[in-house]
Amino acid sequence: MTAIEAHGLTRAFGRRMAVDGVDLSIASGDCMAIFGPNGAGKTTLLRLLGGLLKPSAGTATIGGVRIPSGDEGRGAVGVIAHATMLYGALSGRENVEFAARLHGVRNYRDAATAALDKMHVLDRASAPVRALSRGMQQRVAIARAIVHAPSVILLDEPFTGLDYAGASALTVLLGTLRVGGAALVLVTHNIAEGLAIATHASIMREGRFARSEKRASIDADRYQSEYRELVSHGT
Amino acid sequence: MALSALNAAWLIARKDLTIEFRTRTAFLSALVFALMAIVIFYFSWDPTAIPAGDLAPGVMWVIFTFSGLLGLHRSFGIEQQDRAIDGLLGAPVAREAIYLGKALANLVFVVGIQMVAIPAVALFYNVSVISVAPALAAIALLAAVGLVAVGTLFGSMAVNTRLAELLLPVLSLPFFVPVVVPAAQATAKLLNGRPIAEVDGWLRLLGAFDIVFVTVCMLAFPYTIEE
Repeated sequence: MTAIEAHGLTRAFGRRMAVDGVDLSIASGDCMAIFGPNGAGKTTLLRLLGGLLKPSAGTATIGGVRIPSGDEGRGAVGVIAHATMLYGALSGRENVEFAARLHGVRNYRDAATAALDKMHVLDRASAPVRALSRGMQQRVAIARAIVHAPSVILLDEPFTGLDYAGASALTVLLGTLRVGGAALVLVTHNIAEGLAIATHASIMREGRFARSEKRASIDADRYQSEYRELVSHGT
Repeated sequence: MALSALNAAWLIARKDLTIEFRTRTAFLSALVFALMAIVIFYFSWDPTAIPAGDLAPGVMWVIFTFSGLLGLHRSFGIEQQDRAIDGLLGAPVAREAIYLGKALANLVFVVGIQMVAIPAVALFYNVSVISVAPALAAIALLAAVGLVAVGTLFGSMAVNTRLAELLLPVLSLPFFVPVVVPAAQATAKLLNGRPIAEVDGWLRLLGAFDIVFVTVCMLAFPYTIEE
């Protein structure tokens, strides 16, 4: 089943095309890793898919619901971004419960406990977020993003700030979510990290996909060098 | 299951008030400003030239207007830190519910300032507010709704700009005038012992402004918050 679909998705900031006519289709249970240099349009693409930005042209649907107009489409998405999207004065638990309640989760307390536990941050859940380290904040942010069991998860450099234990917990979590049928879109600069999780990989440059293929057909070492060549060619 | 707009608004308002209760940054700043303004006006006042009943309403509404701006600016400021606003925009709640929640929290903030400032003005200027308390409370509440309706909208617009602290008052103050003028007029009549029937017209005017401002601002809000 197609979880995410985009046709001619375009976003301009003034005269600059951040995302330029992107087409993509991601099935449930798949993970697309998107690589690319700074300014390639990766984050903008994620924000468009998450309904956080309005496209200048083109359409995107999440589970068949057009975004950003449909509340239902937004509710199916979990976003993990550079910024944690947390309130520093609230505790980790309060942040996660707030997100769960906004998404209409009935047993929001249990859901928050489960999400915090998955990221191994339950023991620090009652501390104000501003008192946590960057890595712990990132764990809470991930718990916040998955608390409503989204069918699509958009990840923008999700391993940022995580220590080994946090990164391992996230890798396990993403694998579990995929097996459970969630579609993932992972934006990262770290090719090894991305290819370890992905079922599909794309390289983005100047707002477009410069190449896209299935992970199974990729030789990781060769991909790294080809990526460097492709990216340096464009700069 | 999606939340109803009113439930979502209540959730957002409660979250904002919890944050303000814990940090108290905006409320304390607004309170200090209000008390400072009362003291400054008091020491520059010549009671033999201007009766207290004529000056006190002006002092009150200057205080409410400017101290309210402090809270309105903070309202969307807390959403910008770590881009928490993306969490709200990514949730399956109507944009109007976000506006209502923010406005409700701002209303509690402004009413909180009023509850401290009105007795303080009455104390300093020796005006009796007890006998007119219900009517004065109605004026204060109706005016607060108007101020908050406009200020919440412009707060969301200003917060993304580099000159947010400057832009919010510049945008808001012209729209505050239709609210502050009838509120100050009605307060002056009450404090000067005029019958409550004389402020009835001002109350109706404030009510009409509130309906227009809340409706228009709520409908305009989605266009200011979405990029």
